[in-house]
Amino acid sequence: MSRKLYVNTTINGEEIEFLCEPRQSLLEVLRDDLEMTGTKEGCNDGNCGACNVIMDGVLMNSCLVLAAEAQNRNISTIEGLATPQGLHPLQQKFLENASLQCGVCTPGFLMAAKSLLDHNPDPTEHEVRHWLAGNLCRCTGYDKIVRAVCDAADVVKETA
Amino acid sequence: MATVWIPSQMQNLSGGIEQVTVDGSTVREVIANLDAIHSGFRERLCHEDRLKPTIAVVIDGEISSLGLRQKVSPQSEVNFLPAMSGG
Amino acid sequence: MSATSTSVNGNGKYKVIGTRPIRPDGVDKVTGRALYGIDMNLTGMLYGQILRSPHPHARIRGIDTSKAAALEGVRAVVTAKDLPPAGADEVISLVEGTFRLTHLRSNILAGDKVLYQGHSVAAVAATSLHIAEEALRLIEVDYEILPDVVDVVAAMQEDAPLLHDDLTTQEFGEDSGKKSNIASHIQFKLGDLEKGFAESDIIVEEEFNTASVHQGYIESHNATAEWKTDGQLTVWTSTQGAFGVQKQTAGILGIPVSKVKVVPMEIGGGFGGKIPVYLAPQAALLSKLTGRAVKIVMTRTDVFQSTGPTPASYVKVKLGADKTGKLLAAEANIAFAAGAFPGSPIGAGAVCVFSCYDIPNGLVNGYDVVLNKPRSAAYRAPGSTQVNFAVETLVDEIAEKLGMDPIEIRLLNAAEEGMRRVDGAVYPRIGCRETLEQARAHEHYQTPLTGPHRGRGIATGFWMNAGLKSTVTASVNEDGTVNLMEGSTDIGGSRASIAMQFAEVLGLPAEAINPMVGDTSSVGYTELTGGSRVTFATGWAAYEAANEVKRILITKAALYWEAKVEEVRFEDGDFIHASDPEKRLSFKELASHLVDLGGPVVGTGAVDPDSGVGGSFTTCLADVEVDPETGKVKILRFTMVQDAGTAIHPSYVEGQMQGGSAQGIGWALNEEYFYSEGRMKNASFLDYRMPTCLDLPMIETVIVEVPHPQHPFGVRGVGEASIVPPPAAIANAIYDAVGVRLRDLPMRPDRIFSACLEKQAATVAT
Ligand code: FES
Ligand code: FES
Repeated sequence: MSRKLYVNTTINGEEIEFLCEPRQSLLEVLRDDLEMTGTKEGCNDGNCGACNVIMDGVLMNSCLVLAAEAQNRNISTIEGLATPQGLHPLQQKFLENASLQCGVCTPGFLMAAKSLLDHNPDPTEHEVRHWLAGNLCRCTGYDKIVRAVCDAADVVKETA
Repeated sequence: MATVWIPSQMQNLSGGIEQVTVDGSTVREVIANLDAIHSGFRERLCHEDRLKPTIAVVIDGEISSLGLRQKVSPQSEVNFLPAMSGG
Repeated sequence: MSATSTSVNGNGKYKVIGTRPIRPDGVDKVTGRALYGIDMNLTGMLYGQILRSPHPHARIRGIDTSKAAALEGVRAVVTAKDLPPAGADEVISLVEGTFRLTHLRSNILAGDKVLYQGHSVAAVAATSLHIAEEALRLIEVDYEILPDVVDVVAAMQEDAPLLHDDLTTQEFGEDSGKKSNIASHIQFKLGDLEKGFAESDIIVEEEFNTASVHQGYIESHNATAEWKTDGQLTVWTSTQGAFGVQKQTAGILGIPVSKVKVVPMEIGGGFGGKIPVYLAPQAALLSKLTGRAVKIVMTRTDVFQSTGPTPASYVKVKLGADKTGKLLAAEANIAFAAGAFPGSPIGAGAVCVFSCYDIPNGLVNGYDVVLNKPRSAAYRAPGSTQVNFAVETLVDEIAEKLGMDPIEIRLLNAAEEGMRRVDGAVYPRIGCRETLEQARAHEHYQTPLTGPHRGRGIATGFWMNAGLKSTVTASVNEDGTVNLMEGSTDIGGSRASIAMQFAEVLGLPAEAINPMVGDTSSVGYTELTGGSRVTFATGWAAYEAANEVKRILITKAALYWEAKVEEVRFEDGDFIHASDPEKRLSFKELASHLVDLGGPVVGTGAVDPDSGVGGSFTTCLADVEVDPETGKVKILRFTMVQDAGTAIHPSYVEGQMQGGSAQGIGWALNEEYFYSEGRMKNASFLDYRMPTCLDLPMIETVIVEVPHPQHPFGVRGVGEASIVPPPAAIANAIYDAVGVRLRDLPMRPDRIFSACLEKQAATVAT
């Protein structure tokens, strides 16, 4: 068995240390070792977006990132999107618009949408669709997801 | 008497007839009476004291979950269909 | 954002039904807290992996697992010999059909033959996922390769390689005795077909093929099993039906159902594909050998190569009509690729093929055909989409030839109450005509489509929906809320729609109900989440449970006032003393007094409504633009109209309609199992191309409400029928745009491009 690597990283604002094998993905360490199962796995090969996290401001498929690459990075996952004070406007709008059916794609969509609004606070419908094209949802037909992201953008703009 | 529609694949038993009226207040009695007129029906439709699991009985348009115990009225229409379900 | 959603006939009769509360499990699902099957984690848990056949058809001469078993970290390896033997005539009857136990067992672990690429051969448990993966590479299987067949028509031929040497064709309860890949043949007949065609002025006849497509749920199959030394097995899994998993797992392992407890986790999509059991028995065997919990999660490649898909099909349809467009005769020959074991939804396909129209003379032959693909599974309105593509294309051709509007010809022939279908069943009140009328009146249809290479298509579809057994138990809390335990796993927000039906009866706000999904030991027997039945049947059970709670609470109110039970009535959410109107207690007030009023208030609803009643109709409108240079189709606008009976939570009804539409669009344009040499070549989300949000427009919805005649709130069930008409509507739109008829699904760019070239060549030649 390969030697384990020591990794020091920041997840949702908290400094975290872990040991991992060189072959483990960030997704695997998040879910299986750190027991943060909010980040989902749909394909493990970069084609569904269920595993989306934001790393140093960049949207990533965590299944394509090696856990060792997390060293000295700043990672945001779905577990950090809401605060003790309440839900993020994206989460609130997903609920109000019934944007989830089974909900397994939802954490990935929320992180992708968060990253979109961080980059572009006032996206058009087409920009939303373009940005979210890396996320698969098999249940909703995307209609209510796109609406929720546009609604949330309005709220974020107002409160900004 | 209830009206029974004979599935096309069983019309070899009924001599090509597609509709038969028979007495019976339950599906069990209907099949027994059908079998008395055209022998072979019971064997095709039932296994021991149950409808074969591949066969569904439809009374007046509704698939019954009671099988042989399903009540049948004199005005009823009885259909036998392959059992099926959804996803 | 243009598109809108509208509701037609909404009757304003209800207080809770028809509103849009936030779903009770919503916060957990947007914060990542909800636990799905893939999220299971137990102390000391081992990871399992499955070795799968690389060959579509081969005899297993031997399996050597010794090297794998010796690898450090590997705790157990199992093969078919670890399963109990089954007699040839032992069967398991499930809602979705009756299956030979030998077939179910050999799909879990192959016996003497592998029957498809991806067929499970052995399973390993190890201390880490990666060690389990390494161990698979150390298992040596000696295969004798056999000729394979993956095409449904080829598999039906006399000289085709036979998958099962004991399989003979069943003819509606009779064994033909003929060895064949045709597992069964069914036939429906109505009226006088020859006479019908003889009287027809116009006859069209064509052959259609559809590829295997996958349900495509985002969460992979998974199972975690723990077999304790007292013989009690617990399975945590993502499933559409915990009781079905219990029955299948117990049957496959040869143990009583009481020994198996199944805990349904949150489920990341199913669409029919999470009804069969794929992993629980292997995980259970591995757990039994190791004394540890074992979790197995499929890779996405395994999901494609070993589960689902819906059957590929060959469909030949002939339609006859008179000059006015009245359909007089219809004939269909349908062959479904069941995969390696019998059991495709051929019966449903044969019922649905002509279900939208009143055609007096008909003949349908259906064939369930085994071949070297994974055992097929149900997929949203199973069997209906394949046949609808054929019929709805031909109806369009007749309309065109007669110069009729495509909606008018459908209205002229629309199925109605009292009509006899080809299978013999007679329709009760249905909403086929209403969906067509709403489509015709819709602004989408009324707005002309302009621009080059653009076209509009329409199609109508049907799904029969199911009833089946459901249980709900409700328990009143002292703060006036209600805990509601139900057995239907929630794939698309059904906790909300069940809670709302309960709340409606008692005049409570939806938020006062706390619905939970129980496991097989904590809730009454409930059949699968499928057949569009949950809001219909489990909602019905909730209605019954609420009525029982109401009856009990009336006795409690009487006790509180020391009055007679007859003196208390329930009105507008309040319990009222009939002779002293001053005495009035809200549900909440009464609940707060329950401590002093005797036994707890618990109501149960246990129902088994007949199925086959009504069903749901959909009509859709599709506007497309075809790029003549590449054959690529862009969906410009899309509207789905569906009869919901009564929409309990309109947002989730729309959601079903939009999700089904998107799946239908994917089936129409992109999705297919691409085979070469018996092997699927595109087993990833990169190459199996499901629609992304960039491929779709907003999906407009119109909810029509023609109440179900028996259901207490008129619910019909809306989960499935929306997937049915999109492929035909898009095919008709492509024809309208560029003048070519596509007869094969998917309508890939290369197919459209070649058809356009052929058409050009033909035009030049003439
Ligand atoms: S799991 Fe990472 S993209 Fe699908
Ligand atoms: S809600 Fe199920 S995959 Fe998106």
